[in-house]
Amino acid sequence: MTDTLLKVDNLVRHFDVSPPWLNRVIERRPRSVVKAVDGVGFEIGRGETFSLVGESGCGKSTVARLVVGLYNPTAGSLEFDGMDISSGAARSRNRTAQRRMQMIFQDPYASLNPRWRVMDIVAEPIRFNRLVKGDAAIRERVGELLEQVGLSAADGEKYPHEFSGGQRQRISIARALAGSPEFLVCDEPTSALDVSVQAQILNLMKKLQRELGLTYLFISHDLAVVYHVSTKVGVMYLGRLVEWGETEVIFSAPRHPYTRMLLDAIPDLDMSGRARTPVAGEVPSPIDPPSGCAFHPRCPLATDRCKREAPKPVSVGAAMVACHAVEEDRLPEWHG
Amino acid sequence: MKISPLNKRRFQNFRRNRRGYVATVLFFMIFTVTLFAELIANDKPLLLSHDGELYVPFLVAYPETRFGGDFETEADYRDPFLEELIAEKDGWMLWAPIRYSYDTINYDLPVPAPAPPSAENWLGTDDQGRDVLARVIYGYRLSVLFGLMLTVLSSIIGVAAGAVQGYYGGWLDLVAQRFIEIWESMPFFFIILIFSALFVPGFWTLLSILLIFSWTALVAVVRAEFLRARNFDYVQAARALGVSNGVIIFKHLLPNAMVATITFLPFVLTGGITALTGLDTLGLGLPPGSPSLGELLAQGKANLQAPWLGITAFLVLSLMLTMAMFMAEAVRDAFDPRKTFN
Repeated sequence: MTDTLLKVDNLVRHFDVSPPWLNRVIERRPRSVVKAVDGVGFEIGRGETFSLVGESGCGKSTVARLVVGLYNPTAGSLEFDGMDISSGAARSRNRTAQRRMQMIFQDPYASLNPRWRVMDIVAEPIRFNRLVKGDAAIRERVGELLEQVGLSAADGEKYPHEFSGGQRQRISIARALAGSPEFLVCDEPTSALDVSVQAQILNLMKKLQRELGLTYLFISHDLAVVYHVSTKVGVMYLGRLVEWGETEVIFSAPRHPYTRMLLDAIPDLDMSGRARTPVAGEVPSPIDPPSGCAFHPRCPLATDRCKREAPKPVSVGAAMVACHAVEEDRLPEWHG
Repeated sequence: MKISPLNKRRFQNFRRNRRGYVATVLFFMIFTVTLFAELIANDKPLLLSHDGELYVPFLVAYPETRFGGDFETEADYRDPFLEELIAEKDGWMLWAPIRYSYDTINYDLPVPAPAPPSAENWLGTDDQGRDVLARVIYGYRLSVLFGLMLTVLSSIIGVAAGAVQGYYGGWLDLVAQRFIEIWESMPFFFIILIFSALFVPGFWTLLSILLIFSWTALVAVVRAEFLRARNFDYVQAARALGVSNGVIIFKHLLPNAMVATITFLPFVLTGGITALTGLDTLGLGLPPGSPSLGELLAQGKANLQAPWLGITAFLVLSLMLTMAMFMAEAVRDAFDPRKTFN
């Protein structure tokens, strides 16, 4: 068992999207709250890659932003290498924690300041944290970083618009690495890229993980990508984790009906004639989630109990699953 | 520091607007010249030689006794008696092109003041016998200095307020916006009226009062720019990297707001100059005796029989403001993002 680097416990983040006070009073409209993340808990061991998957709007990006501190949690706790980072105040007490984690963003076009040279973009964490002193030394370090991600040191003089999407994502990675982090939060780092470039970036990330001993929290909706990179997978649905465990276990023996539904939807070359179950229905609104198990309106195995009672996660084999059908042992065989 | 290609293109666009470019150069050339007004219009010689020694009367006050006069007070170099004394000792005087300062009274006028333009007073004198050209030169300097200082100070305050409001948002922004709305709806002219009735305003007090009311002009543009830009991915990225708010505001966000701000600045400048002139015209501005274009305008109105007063004031003011407006147009063109790529 590896030691735990990030511990997320019962993390909750609600967004108040109520109409203004006067409208609420005059039009008698209630407060409305988006429960973007509603009680998520997991642990990431050092050197692991933990992936969060789910459909759009299930709260996986919000988890990423909570972890790096772009949002503060409504409730729950975050612990990084034993340091509490659950709130802004706690974060400012543990400054080193912030430096040791960095983030890579989804859109490589928007996440680099178009007015800055690549040199300055990559040097930003170095300058801010005063990791290296002196302009010449910073220049040298930036050159190293650029070469580490497969660009050339001379590219530092260029502006971001002179690069392609894949190259820009490499610059993002170089910037993230500049702070010498141990933990990288990657919010769909490949979803804005061509499939051919995606593989390059993923292989680069795996190479860096091997060389630098990085730990990843990987957010994606692409199961093929997730299978390629992760050691552990968590499946999210409407702000909750429905199933999580080792990648092999989740992909070979999925238990939660939602996980099965997602895996069924992957087009497969050798599925040859097997009828795929399409992903039925849409994700319900997180403002007004269904009662009981949030997945019950779309679930083929739903019973009355599912409508009334939210399932608690239970340990089944090497994975954790939150499903009444699993608990009651009325799950059909997985076709594999 | 290298000039970025974008700024180079902006400067080219600025120069391509010939009218605006020429107006800008002219405006600041005249301003630079008037900065040395003491060398152009002065009632003291720039250089004086007396008994083999050199004197700089426009910088240092010498008593009349130094040149063989009777009084301990500062010498009056325009006095024919003193001229004679200096000539006796093989002395000479180097005068500025205009032998009048803004407050020199010409006592030898052939007609009652205001005197019409003549070889002595090129633009005539005002109703107190002071040279109009000298007053215009000093007045231009004072107006532009006032306008520039007002522009710089109100943009510093306005940009800071807009930046903080836009970046932090929320309650702070809400409260500050309501405060600015109330503040802007105050009739500032009447407040200055009351103020001038109680105190005699000087240059600095007038500047402060106008500043109190003019800083709000820039808040809206900067705030809007910050509200838009604070959710840009690269700003979020900087925050996720742990960069502090102050650094993000200055290095990532301020450059975005600079275009809107710089485009706005010439309008603040003309606004400041016009406000000062207006107050002077009403007699509520700078203290009596100051070289002010507004006061000249008021004299022109009071002395319709002396049209050179009103016409001079009108021409100088309208030229100055027109040049500033052409400058504003050229700056706007230069920073227009749709123009950068043609």
